[in-house]
Amino acid sequence: MSTLSRRQILKGGLVTVAGAAGVAGAARLGDRLGLIPPDHQGLFGVGETLTYASQRLLMASGSRAREFTRSEISQKPVANGTVPENEEWERMVAGKFAAWRLTVDGLVERPAAFSLAELMRFPAQSQITMLTCEEGWSFIAEWTGVALSHVLNLVGVRPGARYVAYFSQQGDWWDSIDMADAWHAQTLLTYGMNGADLSIPHGAPLRLRVPRQLGYKSVKYLMRLTVTETMDGIGKGLGSSAPEFGYSWYAGI
Amino acid sequence: VSTSISVVERSLRVETAESPRHSAVVRVTHWINTLSFIGLLVSGIAVLISHPRFYWGEVGNVETASLFDLPLPKVLAGQNGWGRYLHFLSAWVCVLNGSFYALSGLLSRHFKKSLLPLRADLAWSSLRQVIASHLRLEPPRAERSYNVLQRLAYSVVVFLFFPLAVWTGLAMSPAITSVTPIIVTVWGGHQSARTLHFFVAVALVLFLIVHIVMVSLTGFRKRMRAMITGHTATLEENE
Repeated sequence: MSTLSRRQILKGGLVTVAGAAGVAGAARLGDRLGLIPPDHQGLFGVGETLTYASQRLLMASGSRAREFTRSEISQKPVANGTVPENEEWERMVAGKFAAWRLTVDGLVERPAAFSLAELMRFPAQSQITMLTCEEGWSFIAEWTGVALSHVLNLVGVRPGARYVAYFSQQGDWWDSIDMADAWHAQTLLTYGMNGADLSIPHGAPLRLRVPRQLGYKSVKYLMRLTVTETMDGIGKGLGSSAPEFGYSWYAGI
Repeated sequence: VSTSISVVERSLRVETAESPRHSAVVRVTHWINTLSFIGLLVSGIAVLISHPRFYWGEVGNVETASLFDLPLPKVLAGQNGWGRYLHFLSAWVCVLNGSFYALSGLLSRHFKKSLLPLRADLAWSSLRQVIASHLRLEPPRAERSYNVLQRLAYSVVVFLFFPLAVWTGLAMSPAITSVTPIIVTVWGGHQSARTLHFFVAVALVLFLIVHIVMVSLTGFRKRMRAMITGHTATLEENE
Protein backbone atom coordinates (compact mmCIF):
# COMPACT_ATOMS: atom_id res chain seq x y z
CA MET A 1 0.00 0.00 0.00
CA SER A 2 2.76 2.44 0.97
CA THR A 3 4.93 1.65 -2.07
CA LEU A 4 1.90 2.05 -4.27
CA SER A 5 1.08 5.45 -2.84
CA ARG A 6 4.74 6.50 -3.08
CA ARG A 7 4.74 5.47 -6.71
CA GLN A 8 1.49 7.33 -7.21
CA ILE A 9 2.93 10.44 -5.58
CA LEU A 10 5.99 10.22 -7.82
CA LYS A 11 3.80 9.73 -10.87
CA GLY A 12 1.52 12.57 -9.79
CA GLY A 13 4.57 14.80 -9.31
CA LEU A 14 5.92 13.96 -12.75
CA VAL A 15 2.53 14.60 -14.34
CA THR A 16 2.33 17.96 -12.55
CA VAL A 17 5.84 18.97 -13.65
CA ALA A 18 5.16 17.83 -17.21
CA GLY A 19 1.83 19.66 -17.14
CA ALA A 20 3.41 22.88 -15.87
CA ALA A 21 6.19 22.61 -18.45
CA GLY A 22 3.55 21.96 -21.11
CA VAL A 23 1.53 25.02 -20.08
CA ALA A 24 4.69 27.17 -19.95
CA GLY A 25 5.77 25.88 -23.37
CA ALA A 26 2.30 26.46 -24.81
CA ALA A 27 2.28 29.98 -23.34
CA ARG A 28 5.67 30.78 -24.94
CA LEU A 29 4.59 29.35 -28.28
CA GLY A 30 1.23 31.13 -28.04
CA ASP A 31 2.98 34.42 -27.30
CA ARG A 32 5.32 33.99 -30.27
CA LEU A 33 2.38 33.23 -32.56
CA GLY A 34 0.46 36.22 -31.17
CA LEU A 35 -2.28 34.16 -29.56
CA ILE A 36 -2.13 35.58 -26.01
CA PRO A 37 -4.21 38.72 -25.37
CA PRO A 38 -2.77 41.53 -23.19
CA ASP A 39 -5.52 40.93 -20.58
CA HIS A 40 -4.67 37.23 -20.11
CA GLN A 41 -4.30 37.50 -16.33
CA GLY A 42 -6.41 35.64 -13.78
CA LEU A 43 -9.20 33.11 -14.18
CA PHE A 44 -11.15 35.21 -16.71
CA GLY A 45 -7.88 35.51 -18.68
CA VAL A 46 -8.01 31.76 -19.33
CA GLY A 47 -11.35 32.14 -21.13
CA GLU A 48 -10.12 35.25 -22.95
CA THR A 49 -6.97 33.48 -24.15
CA LEU A 50 -8.96 30.49 -25.41
CA THR A 51 -11.37 32.79 -27.25
CA TYR A 52 -8.69 35.04 -28.76
CA ALA A 53 -6.37 32.18 -29.76
CA SER A 54 -9.08 30.03 -31.32
CA GLN A 55 -10.66 32.95 -33.21
CA ARG A 56 -7.24 34.16 -34.46
CA LEU A 57 -6.50 30.65 -35.78
CA LEU A 58 -9.97 30.42 -37.39
CA MET A 59 -9.49 33.82 -39.05
CA ALA A 60 -5.89 33.18 -40.11
CA SER A 61 -6.87 33.43 -43.77
CA GLY A 62 -8.00 37.04 -43.28
CA SER A 63 -11.75 36.46 -43.32
CA ARG A 64 -13.94 39.47 -44.03
CA ALA A 65 -16.75 40.77 -41.83
CA ARG A 66 -20.17 40.41 -43.41
CA GLU A 67 -21.10 43.25 -45.73
CA PHE A 68 -24.64 44.34 -46.56
CA THR A 69 -26.57 46.02 -49.36
CA ARG A 70 -27.59 49.70 -49.44
CA SER A 71 -31.22 48.71 -48.78
CA GLU A 72 -30.17 47.13 -45.48
CA ILE A 73 -28.68 50.37 -44.08
CA SER A 74 -30.47 51.34 -40.85
CA GLN A 75 -32.71 54.39 -41.13
CA LYS A 76 -31.65 55.73 -37.74
CA PRO A 77 -28.14 54.73 -36.70
CA VAL A 78 -27.75 54.92 -32.95
CA ALA A 79 -25.01 57.18 -31.63
CA ASN A 80 -24.08 55.72 -28.30
CA GLY A 81 -21.96 57.38 -25.64
CA THR A 82 -20.97 60.96 -24.97
CA VAL A 83 -19.14 63.73 -26.81
CA PRO A 84 -15.70 64.91 -25.57
CA GLU A 85 -15.69 67.79 -23.14
CA ASN A 86 -12.47 69.77 -23.08
CA GLU A 87 -11.18 73.12 -24.32
CA GLU A 88 -8.93 71.72 -27.03
CA TRP A 89 -11.87 69.79 -28.45
CA GLU A 90 -14.18 72.82 -28.33
CA ARG A 91 -11.56 74.85 -30.26
CA MET A 92 -11.22 72.14 -32.92
CA VAL A 93 -14.99 71.88 -33.39
CA ALA A 94 -15.22 75.68 -33.67
CA GLY A 95 -12.50 75.58 -36.35
CA LYS A 96 -14.24 72.75 -38.25
CA PHE A 97 -11.29 70.45 -37.41
CA ALA A 98 -8.85 72.50 -39.51
CA ALA A 99 -6.43 72.42 -36.55
CA TRP A 100 -7.02 68.72 -35.91
CA ARG A 101 -4.19 66.29 -36.68
CA LEU A 102 -3.84 62.53 -36.51
CA THR A 103 -0.37 61.85 -35.15
CA VAL A 104 1.21 58.50 -35.95
CA ASP A 105 4.25 57.49 -33.91
CA GLY A 106 5.94 54.58 -32.16
CA LEU A 107 7.63 51.78 -34.11
CA VAL A 108 7.52 53.57 -37.46
CA GLU A 109 10.18 54.81 -39.88
CA ARG A 110 8.59 58.22 -40.48
CA PRO A 111 6.41 59.54 -37.65
CA ALA A 112 3.78 61.85 -39.11
CA ALA A 113 0.79 64.06 -38.42
CA PHE A 114 -2.04 64.07 -40.95
CA SER A 115 -4.72 66.71 -41.37
CA LEU A 116 -8.27 65.68 -42.24
CA ALA A 117 -7.82 67.07 -45.77
CA GLU A 118 -4.70 64.94 -46.25
CA LEU A 119 -6.50 61.79 -45.08
CA MET A 120 -9.34 62.56 -47.48
CA ARG A 121 -6.90 62.78 -50.40
CA PHE A 122 -5.75 59.19 -49.77
CA PRO A 123 -7.58 56.42 -51.69
CA ALA A 124 -11.06 56.20 -50.17
CA GLN A 125 -12.91 52.99 -49.40
CA SER A 126 -16.49 52.36 -48.37
CA GLN A 127 -18.00 49.44 -46.50
CA ILE A 128 -21.55 48.61 -45.45
CA THR A 129 -21.09 46.70 -42.21
CA MET A 130 -22.88 46.06 -38.96
CA LEU A 131 -21.93 47.76 -35.74
CA THR A 132 -22.80 45.43 -32.89
CA CYS A 133 -22.81 46.73 -29.34
CA GLU A 134 -21.73 44.36 -26.59
CA GLU A 135 -25.10 45.11 -24.93
CA GLY A 136 -26.87 43.34 -27.79
CA TRP A 137 -28.21 46.04 -30.11
CA SER A 138 -26.95 46.65 -33.63
CA PHE A 139 -27.25 48.84 -36.73
CA ILE A 140 -25.94 48.77 -40.29
CA ALA A 141 -24.30 51.78 -41.93
CA GLU A 142 -21.99 52.68 -44.79
CA TRP A 143 -18.64 53.97 -43.60
CA THR A 144 -16.12 55.78 -45.81
CA GLY A 145 -12.46 56.36 -45.10
CA VAL A 146 -8.90 55.33 -45.78
CA ALA A 147 -7.60 51.88 -44.94
CA LEU A 148 -5.43 51.88 -41.83
CA SER A 149 -2.97 49.72 -43.82
CA HIS A 150 -2.51 52.61 -46.29
CA VAL A 151 -1.48 54.99 -43.50
CA LEU A 152 0.74 52.32 -41.91
CA ASN A 153 2.53 51.79 -45.25
CA LEU A 154 3.07 55.55 -45.59
CA VAL A 155 4.78 55.84 -42.21
CA GLY A 156 6.60 52.50 -42.59
CA VAL A 157 6.03 49.97 -39.83
CA ARG A 158 9.30 48.78 -38.29
CA PRO A 159 9.98 45.09 -37.59
CA GLY A 160 8.76 43.81 -34.25
CA ALA A 161 5.47 45.74 -34.33
CA ARG A 162 2.68 43.75 -32.68
CA TYR A 163 -0.08 46.24 -31.90
CA VAL A 164 -1.51 49.53 -33.04
CA ALA A 165 -2.78 51.52 -30.06
CA TYR A 166 -5.24 54.33 -30.74
CA PHE A 167 -6.24 57.23 -28.55
CA SER A 168 -9.43 59.27 -28.43
CA GLN A 169 -9.91 62.95 -27.80
CA GLN A 170 -12.45 61.73 -25.28
CA GLY A 171 -10.88 61.67 -21.84
CA ASP A 172 -8.95 58.50 -21.11
CA TRP A 173 -10.58 56.42 -23.86
CA TRP A 174 -8.05 54.37 -25.80
CA ASP A 175 -7.74 50.92 -27.31
CA SER A 176 -5.50 48.74 -29.45
CA ILE A 177 -5.67 46.01 -32.08
CA ASP A 178 -3.12 43.40 -33.11
CA MET A 179 -1.36 43.62 -36.49
CA ALA A 180 -3.74 41.02 -37.99
CA ASP A 181 -6.59 43.50 -37.52
CA ALA A 182 -4.39 46.54 -38.25
CA TRP A 183 -3.43 45.24 -41.72
CA HIS A 184 -6.93 43.83 -42.40
CA ALA A 185 -8.60 45.21 -45.53
CA GLN A 186 -11.78 46.27 -43.69
CA THR A 187 -10.05 48.21 -40.90
CA LEU A 188 -10.71 51.80 -41.91
CA LEU A 189 -9.98 55.26 -40.56
CA THR A 190 -13.42 56.67 -41.34
CA TYR A 191 -14.45 60.29 -41.89
CA GLY A 192 -17.73 59.66 -43.72
CA MET A 193 -20.93 57.81 -42.87
CA ASN A 194 -24.00 57.08 -45.01
CA GLY A 195 -22.80 59.40 -47.77
CA ALA A 196 -22.17 62.43 -45.54
CA ASP A 197 -19.40 63.67 -43.27
CA LEU A 198 -19.11 61.66 -40.08
CA SER A 199 -21.23 63.48 -37.50
CA ILE A 200 -19.87 64.44 -34.09
CA PRO A 201 -22.08 61.95 -32.20
CA HIS A 202 -20.71 59.20 -34.48
CA GLY A 203 -17.10 60.17 -33.86
CA ALA A 204 -16.04 63.10 -36.10
CA PRO A 205 -13.54 63.91 -37.34
CA LEU A 206 -12.15 60.36 -37.41
CA ARG A 207 -13.36 57.01 -36.16
CA LEU A 208 -11.58 53.67 -36.51
CA ARG A 209 -13.82 50.89 -37.83
CA VAL A 210 -12.86 47.32 -36.86
CA PRO A 211 -15.91 45.42 -38.14
CA ARG A 212 -14.75 41.94 -37.07
CA GLN A 213 -14.97 43.09 -33.45
CA LEU A 214 -17.77 44.58 -31.33
CA GLY A 215 -18.62 48.28 -31.48
CA TYR A 216 -16.52 49.42 -28.56
CA LYS A 217 -13.33 48.69 -30.51
CA SER A 218 -14.45 51.26 -33.12
CA VAL A 219 -13.18 54.21 -31.09
CA LYS A 220 -14.42 57.72 -31.93
CA TYR A 221 -12.67 61.12 -31.96
CA LEU A 222 -9.25 59.67 -32.84
CA MET A 223 -6.21 61.87 -32.41
CA ARG A 224 -3.22 59.54 -32.19
CA LEU A 225 -1.99 56.12 -33.35
CA THR A 226 1.02 54.39 -31.81
CA VAL A 227 2.62 51.30 -33.31
CA THR A 228 4.16 49.23 -30.54
CA GLU A 229 5.81 45.92 -29.74
CA THR A 230 4.25 45.66 -26.29
CA MET A 231 1.29 47.06 -24.40
CA ASP A 232 3.39 47.28 -21.22
CA GLY A 233 3.61 50.85 -20.03
CA ILE A 234 0.52 52.03 -21.92
CA GLY A 235 -2.22 52.59 -19.35
CA LYS A 236 -2.25 49.57 -17.06
CA GLY A 237 -0.68 47.42 -19.77
CA LEU A 238 -3.92 45.56 -20.49
CA GLY A 239 -4.07 46.64 -24.14
CA SER A 240 -6.97 49.04 -23.82
CA SER A 241 -8.90 51.20 -21.40
CA ALA A 242 -11.73 48.63 -21.76
CA PRO A 243 -10.23 46.10 -19.27
CA GLU A 244 -9.80 48.98 -16.83
CA PHE A 245 -13.61 49.39 -17.01
CA GLY A 246 -14.09 45.62 -16.70
CA TYR A 247 -14.41 44.79 -20.42
CA SER A 248 -12.22 42.43 -22.43
CA TRP A 249 -9.49 43.73 -24.75
CA TYR A 250 -10.48 41.33 -27.53
CA ALA A 251 -14.09 41.75 -28.64
CA GLY A 252 -14.59 39.21 -31.44
CA ILE A 253 -17.64 37.80 -29.66
CA VAL B 1 -10.74 2.11 14.03
CA SER B 2 -11.34 -1.53 13.14
CA THR B 3 -15.09 -0.91 12.69
CA SER B 4 -14.45 1.96 10.32
CA ILE B 5 -12.03 -0.17 8.30
CA SER B 6 -14.57 -2.97 8.04
CA VAL B 7 -17.22 -0.44 6.98
CA VAL B 8 -14.92 0.77 4.21
CA GLU B 9 -14.19 -2.81 3.17
CA ARG B 10 -17.85 -3.72 3.11
CA SER B 11 -18.75 -0.61 1.15
CA LEU B 12 -16.01 -1.48 -1.35
CA ARG B 13 -17.53 -4.92 -1.72
CA VAL B 14 -20.95 -3.43 -2.28
CA GLU B 15 -19.56 -0.98 -4.81
CA THR B 16 -17.84 -3.67 -6.83
CA ALA B 17 -20.74 -6.08 -6.53
CA GLU B 18 -23.20 -3.70 -8.13
CA SER B 19 -22.40 -1.57 -11.15
CA PRO B 20 -22.92 2.14 -10.36
CA ARG B 21 -26.16 3.85 -11.26
CA HIS B 22 -24.14 6.63 -12.94
CA SER B 23 -20.67 6.12 -14.38
CA ALA B 24 -17.79 8.24 -13.12
CA VAL B 25 -17.69 10.19 -16.42
CA VAL B 26 -21.40 11.00 -16.17
CA ARG B 27 -21.06 12.07 -12.52
CA VAL B 28 -18.02 14.28 -13.01
CA THR B 29 -19.27 15.91 -16.24
CA HIS B 30 -22.71 16.42 -14.66
CA TRP B 31 -21.30 18.54 -11.83
CA ILE B 32 -18.85 20.45 -14.02
CA ASN B 33 -21.78 21.19 -16.32
CA THR B 34 -23.84 22.32 -13.31
CA LEU B 35 -21.14 24.84 -12.37
CA SER B 36 -20.71 26.11 -15.92
CA PHE B 37 -24.48 26.40 -16.39
CA ILE B 38 -24.82 28.49 -13.21
CA GLY B 39 -21.98 30.70 -14.54
CA LEU B 40 -23.69 31.03 -17.93
CA LEU B 41 -27.08 31.78 -16.37
CA VAL B 42 -25.88 34.44 -13.92
CA SER B 43 -23.67 36.14 -16.51
CA GLY B 44 -26.34 35.77 -19.20
CA ILE B 45 -28.79 37.65 -16.99
CA ALA B 46 -26.12 40.33 -16.39
CA VAL B 47 -25.72 40.82 -20.15
CA LEU B 48 -29.49 40.64 -20.73
CA ILE B 49 -30.39 43.43 -18.30
CA SER B 50 -28.09 45.87 -20.07
CA HIS B 51 -30.53 45.72 -23.01
CA PRO B 52 -33.69 43.66 -22.26
CA ARG B 53 -35.26 44.14 -25.71
CA PHE B 54 -35.52 41.54 -28.46
CA TYR B 55 -35.74 41.87 -32.23
CA TRP B 56 -35.94 39.76 -35.38
CA GLY B 57 -33.71 40.05 -38.45
CA GLU B 58 -30.28 41.65 -38.69
CA VAL B 59 -30.59 44.89 -36.72
CA GLY B 60 -32.40 46.15 -33.65
CA ASN B 61 -31.82 49.10 -31.34
CA VAL B 62 -33.66 51.79 -29.37
CA GLU B 63 -34.65 53.47 -32.66
CA THR B 64 -36.33 50.36 -34.11
CA ALA B 65 -39.45 48.43 -33.16
CA SER B 66 -38.86 45.47 -30.90
CA LEU B 67 -40.29 41.96 -31.08
CA PHE B 68 -40.86 42.11 -27.32
CA ASP B 69 -39.47 43.95 -24.30
CA LEU B 70 -38.84 42.21 -21.01
CA PRO B 71 -40.13 44.15 -18.01
CA LEU B 72 -36.67 44.30 -16.49
CA PRO B 73 -34.77 47.34 -15.26
CA LYS B 74 -32.06 48.43 -17.70
CA VAL B 75 -29.47 48.59 -14.96
CA LEU B 76 -26.20 47.15 -16.16
CA ALA B 77 -25.56 49.28 -19.26
CA GLY B 78 -21.82 49.91 -19.35
CA GLN B 79 -21.20 47.71 -16.31
CA ASN B 80 -21.68 44.17 -17.62
CA GLY B 81 -18.04 43.53 -18.55
CA TRP B 82 -17.63 40.94 -15.78
CA GLY B 83 -20.76 39.23 -17.12
CA ARG B 84 -19.15 38.89 -20.56
CA TYR B 85 -15.85 37.61 -19.12
CA LEU B 86 -17.76 35.06 -16.97
CA HIS B 87 -20.10 34.08 -19.83
CA PHE B 88 -17.28 33.11 -22.18
CA LEU B 89 -15.17 31.42 -19.49
CA SER B 90 -18.23 29.34 -18.50
CA ALA B 91 -19.03 28.69 -22.16
CA TRP B 92 -15.54 27.24 -22.70
CA VAL B 93 -15.95 24.98 -19.66
CA CYS B 94 -19.41 23.95 -20.89
CA VAL B 95 -18.24 23.22 -24.46
CA LEU B 96 -15.04 21.35 -23.50
CA ASN B 97 -16.81 19.37 -20.76
CA GLY B 98 -19.79 18.72 -23.03
CA SER B 99 -17.56 17.52 -25.88
CA PHE B 100 -15.80 15.08 -23.54
CA TYR B 101 -19.19 13.85 -22.27
CA ALA B 102 -20.52 13.45 -25.83
CA LEU B 103 -17.44 11.57 -27.02
CA SER B 104 -17.54 9.30 -23.99
CA GLY B 105 -21.29 8.75 -24.39
CA LEU B 106 -20.81 7.67 -27.99
CA LEU B 107 -17.78 5.43 -27.40
CA SER B 108 -19.22 3.75 -24.29
CA ARG B 109 -22.61 3.37 -26.00
CA HIS B 110 -24.12 5.15 -22.97
CA PHE B 111 -26.30 7.27 -25.26
CA LYS B 112 -27.62 4.24 -27.14
CA LYS B 113 -28.17 2.13 -24.04
CA SER B 114 -29.48 4.68 -21.54
CA LEU B 115 -30.32 8.04 -23.09
CA LEU B 116 -31.93 7.75 -26.51
CA PRO B 117 -35.60 6.68 -26.40
CA LEU B 118 -36.16 3.05 -27.38
CA ARG B 119 -38.12 2.54 -30.56
CA ALA B 120 -40.71 0.38 -28.77
CA ASP B 121 -41.19 3.06 -26.08
CA LEU B 122 -42.04 5.66 -28.71
CA ALA B 123 -45.15 3.74 -29.74
CA TRP B 124 -48.21 5.77 -28.85
CA SER B 125 -49.72 3.07 -26.61
CA SER B 126 -46.55 2.89 -24.58
CA LEU B 127 -46.11 6.68 -24.47
CA ARG B 128 -49.75 7.14 -23.36
CA GLN B 129 -49.24 4.78 -20.47
CA VAL B 130 -46.20 6.65 -19.13
CA ILE B 131 -47.81 10.07 -19.61
CA ALA B 132 -51.00 8.89 -17.89
CA SER B 133 -49.09 7.58 -14.89
CA HIS B 134 -47.27 10.92 -14.63
CA LEU B 135 -50.55 12.83 -14.88
CA ARG B 136 -52.05 10.69 -12.12
CA LEU B 137 -48.98 11.69 -10.08
CA GLU B 138 -48.27 8.06 -9.34
CA PRO B 139 -45.19 7.55 -7.19
CA PRO B 140 -42.27 6.58 -9.42
CA ARG B 141 -41.24 2.96 -9.48
CA ALA B 142 -37.66 2.12 -8.58
CA GLU B 143 -36.34 1.44 -12.06
CA ARG B 144 -32.75 0.92 -13.07
CA SER B 145 -33.10 2.70 -16.38
CA TYR B 146 -34.81 5.89 -17.54
CA ASN B 147 -38.41 5.84 -18.76
CA VAL B 148 -39.32 7.21 -22.17
CA LEU B 149 -40.17 10.73 -20.93
CA GLN B 150 -36.84 11.01 -19.16
CA ARG B 151 -35.03 9.74 -22.23
CA LEU B 152 -36.86 12.23 -24.45
CA ALA B 153 -36.17 15.12 -22.07
CA TYR B 154 -32.47 14.32 -21.61
CA SER B 155 -32.00 13.66 -25.33
CA VAL B 156 -33.57 16.99 -26.29
CA VAL B 157 -31.39 18.84 -23.76
CA VAL B 158 -28.16 17.07 -24.75
CA PHE B 159 -28.60 16.82 -28.51
CA LEU B 160 -30.76 19.86 -29.27
CA PHE B 161 -30.78 22.61 -26.61
CA PHE B 162 -27.08 22.70 -25.69
CA PRO B 163 -25.87 22.54 -29.33
CA LEU B 164 -28.42 25.24 -30.27
CA ALA B 165 -27.25 27.47 -27.42
CA VAL B 166 -23.64 27.19 -28.63
CA TRP B 167 -24.64 27.70 -32.26
CA THR B 168 -26.82 30.79 -31.69
CA GLY B 169 -24.15 32.15 -29.33
CA LEU B 170 -21.41 31.83 -31.95
CA ALA B 171 -23.81 33.31 -34.53
CA MET B 172 -23.62 36.60 -32.59
CA SER B 173 -19.83 36.79 -32.98
CA PRO B 174 -18.69 39.19 -35.74
CA ALA B 175 -15.38 37.29 -35.87
CA ILE B 176 -16.91 33.82 -36.23
CA THR B 177 -19.48 34.99 -38.79
CA SER B 178 -16.66 36.54 -40.83
CA VAL B 179 -15.40 32.97 -41.30
CA THR B 180 -18.77 31.17 -41.61
CA PRO B 181 -21.56 33.68 -42.36
CA ILE B 182 -24.08 30.89 -42.83
CA ILE B 183 -24.30 30.19 -39.10
CA VAL B 184 -26.09 33.54 -38.66
CA THR B 185 -27.81 34.01 -42.04
CA VAL B 186 -29.59 30.66 -41.61
CA TRP B 187 -31.50 32.21 -38.67
CA GLY B 188 -32.35 35.35 -40.61
CA GLY B 189 -29.78 37.62 -39.00
CA HIS B 190 -27.84 38.71 -35.95
CA GLN B 191 -30.86 39.79 -33.88
CA SER B 192 -32.76 36.60 -34.74
CA ALA B 193 -29.82 34.58 -33.41
CA ARG B 194 -29.81 36.68 -30.22
CA THR B 195 -33.55 36.16 -29.69
CA LEU B 196 -33.24 32.40 -30.30
CA HIS B 197 -30.28 32.27 -27.89
CA PHE B 198 -32.60 33.76 -25.25
CA PHE B 199 -35.39 31.24 -25.98
CA VAL B 200 -32.97 28.31 -25.78
CA ALA B 201 -31.74 29.63 -22.43
CA VAL B 202 -35.34 29.84 -21.20
CA ALA B 203 -35.96 26.26 -22.36
CA LEU B 204 -32.86 25.08 -20.48
CA VAL B 205 -33.98 26.89 -17.32
CA LEU B 206 -37.45 25.27 -17.62
CA PHE B 207 -35.76 21.88 -17.96
CA LEU B 208 -33.63 22.65 -14.89
CA ILE B 209 -36.74 23.46 -12.83
CA VAL B 210 -38.54 20.25 -13.87
CA HIS B 211 -35.30 18.29 -13.32
CA ILE B 212 -34.92 19.58 -9.75
CA VAL B 213 -38.63 19.02 -8.98
CA MET B 214 -38.48 15.42 -10.23
CA VAL B 215 -35.27 14.73 -8.34
CA SER B 216 -36.92 16.06 -5.18
CA LEU B 217 -40.09 14.00 -5.70
CA THR B 218 -38.15 10.77 -6.19
CA GLY B 219 -35.95 11.24 -3.14
CA PHE B 220 -33.58 14.19 -3.21
CA ARG B 221 -30.92 12.63 -0.95
CA LYS B 222 -30.98 9.32 -2.77
CA ARG B 223 -30.69 10.93 -6.22
CA MET B 224 -27.94 13.28 -5.06
CA ARG B 225 -26.06 10.34 -3.58
CA ALA B 226 -26.39 8.48 -6.89
CA MET B 227 -25.00 11.42 -8.86
CA ILE B 228 -22.12 11.93 -6.39
CA THR B 229 -21.07 8.41 -5.34
CA GLY B 230 -22.69 6.48 -8.17
CA HIS B 231 -24.90 4.47 -5.84
CA THR B 232 -28.44 5.14 -4.69
CA ALA B 233 -28.28 3.17 -1.45
CA THR B 234 -26.18 3.67 1.64
CA LEU B 235 -24.49 0.64 3.17
CA GLU B 236 -27.26 0.23 5.77
CA GLU B 237 -29.91 0.16 3.08
CA ASN B 238 -27.98 -2.50 1.20
CA GLU B 239 -27.84 -4.82 4.18
